[in-house]
Amino acid sequence: MGIAVTAEWTDLASISFASVSQESEVNQSRVPDQTDVARFEMAVLPHLTAAYNLARWLTGNDHDAEDVVQESYLRALKFFSGFRGGSSRPWLLTIVRNTCYTWMRRNRMEEPGLELDEELYVDSNSPSPEAILLAAARGDMVRRALEELPAEFREIVILREMEGLSYKEIAEVTAVPVGTVMSRLARARARLQKLLGEANPSEGRA
Amino acid sequence: MICREVQELIHGYFDGELDLVRNLEMERHLHECAACAGVAERLRALRSGMSGSLPYFHPPAGLEGRIRAELRAYAPHTRRVLHFGMRRQWIGIAAALLVAVGITWQVPRTKPPSGDAETLAQEALASHVRSLMASHLTDVPSSDRHTVKPWFNGKLDFSPAVNDFADRGFPLAGGRLDYLDNRPVAALVYQRRKHVINLFVWPAPREPDSGEQQSSQQGYNLLHWTKGRMAYWAVSDLNAGELETFTALVRGAP
Repeated sequence: MGIAVTAEWTDLASISFASVSQESEVNQSRVPDQTDVARFEMAVLPHLTAAYNLARWLTGNDHDAEDVVQESYLRALKFFSGFRGGSSRPWLLTIVRNTCYTWMRRNRMEEPGLELDEELYVDSNSPSPEAILLAAARGDMVRRALEELPAEFREIVILREMEGLSYKEIAEVTAVPVGTVMSRLARARARLQKLLGEANPSEGRA
Repeated sequence: MICREVQELIHGYFDGELDLVRNLEMERHLHECAACAGVAERLRALRSGMSGSLPYFHPPAGLEGRIRAELRAYAPHTRRVLHFGMRRQWIGIAAALLVAVGITWQVPRTKPPSGDAETLAQEALASHVRSLMASHLTDVPSSDRHTVKPWFNGKLDFSPAVNDFADRGFPLAGGRLDYLDNRPVAALVYQRRKHVINLFVWPAPREPDSGEQQSSQQGYNLLHWTKGRMAYWAVSDLNAGELETFTALVRGAP
């Protein structure tokens, strides 16, 4: 049995990772049985922490995050037979993200689609590295700055900085082109730096 | 490379996403240009500031257990030859199920269904609740029975009767493929004001026609009957009287 499990696991990891979009969610070919559930649990449950962290950052509270994650796992199980292997973490995070937005729309929470419209490329007023570090050291300053970002910028920062996903994986999870991932990251980071710089103007220009 | 190009690509550089050639060009430029080097320096400061102070949220204790239970409840319990390595786990699940059944056995009901009907009632109720939760109420959202009925073609080995009772206050909302009694079944979705009714239909070739059996569980009302070699289960949070009005319409329809 040990060998059988290992072989299954290797299969799962080696087959190339099909593009995860709404499309694969529709690929719900058959009803999973208990053996599928066991496979599913082995491949997908280890990413519960990543799923919860993303849901918690997007919904902004524990209660909704829990509900969203629970719903996401049930949806993920239904789509598992359409999952072609590869890394199951971005695959799961895609479902968590989509479930979050459905949830937020249903409960009339923050609407995705807001834009950071400022010209955010580097300018001479950017705070110094020291000022950024000083502000970050002050308790929850960075956290609040990140919470203030519109959801589609926040999610990219989380996927990149906390989950360490590549641009390509982030592009799959958030269903935008790789170039957009980079430009959103640039704008999100510039905004975070600015917010942190404003947080302590005295040290900022010192 | 000129500064403008560098500032466009610096995030890719910083995140290790550039190809080798551009990476080298970038390094050379940062070596020579203090302004761009400052940009890179600020990015590094931001990252180290974030890694030190951003909370990584951990799931509450118990969430994993609840998810496992829900996943297992979702999949039908098939009889299979199990590998011995899995057995211990399965015995655990079986024990948990026995406990669950034991507990529900204690709950008084208006008219307890018996035998297989008991299990089916649980399954039908679970399907109903799930259909409301997972924003997956209908696969084919339509109030037109001529859209809903053909949709089931090729998805099921039978063709359920589909009727709209909008004129009687029970409009058809759509259809969905579901899984009950170890087989795919048709789920027809009806509405009554804000309430949802799931009507599950599948062939029951060996069962004679029967009258309605009513039961209620966890605040939901269930009505079950067999007619013309088909099994019917209606589930809703609607009150028992109105649900009976609905099932009378279904039974009376051609």
